[in-house]
Amino acid sequence: MELLMDFKIKGGDFLNAGESSGMIKEYLKKLGLPPTFIRRVLVAAYEGELNVVAHAYSGTIAFYMDESKVKVVVTDRGPGIPDIDKAMEEGYSTASPEVREMGFGAGMGLPNMKRNSDEMEIASEIDNGTEVTMTFYIEKG
Amino acid sequence: MTLKEAADKLGLKPLTQCEWEKTEIQGGYAGDLLSDVLAHACSGCLWFTIQRHKNVIAVATAKDIAGIVVVNGVEPEAGLVEAAEKVGVPLFATEKDAFTCAGLLYPSVK
Repeated sequence: MELLMDFKIKGGDFLNAGESSGMIKEYLKKLGLPPTFIRRVLVAAYEGELNVVAHAYSGTIAFYMDESKVKVVVTDRGPGIPDIDKAMEEGYSTASPEVREMGFGAGMGLPNMKRNSDEMEIASEIDNGTEVTMTFYIEKG
Repeated sequence: MTLKEAADKLGLKPLTQCEWEKTEIQGGYAGDLLSDVLAHACSGCLWFTIQRHKNVIAVATAKDIAGIVVVNGVEPEAGLVEAAEKVGVPLFATEKDAFTCAGLLYPSVK
């Protein structure tokens, strides 16, 4: 698969989170992909980015593509996820009160990522970091 | 209903330049939790929120939201206005609360 774009993410930097969204949107739009497909990719990618900002020290988000699919890989150096099943539960969040006040940390990040992607894999190591890989099939719209 | 008609009806104050005569509103959504808006707002909707920081632009971009209305007389941060202008997402402010805005919009776009 070809790497389209990748972006660095800084832990705690909420203000600049999501700046990659606009760029990747323009790129996917130019390729003529359906708006519903682009929305799925963007929502999942943005949630992935916010997870890194809210919970990790630093990370990257990379967009890959071939003729049938887009793959988004979010990798971070951070505390890792102790209980992935719990983290996948809607409404469960370990975000700080300050983060929640800004409208983040609703406990819907990972569920939103799963709902919008066609495949999602999480690999996490405590005190090391987390890697989430999401695949989106173009034919699924 | 166009964005311009909605803005007139609700008495919204535009904070950015936009082609609001041409934009059709597909619905409305009121919410302050960004993930909730990412999960449930429809594309082409007018979004009512009290969030005033520039991350709402990323949400609007991801969901193809037609316009953002910062309600309750909350003043958007300068960074938000700047980002909205840059990305071309129409941004409005109003003294009204989200319930009143949604109620006024509802008969026209339900």
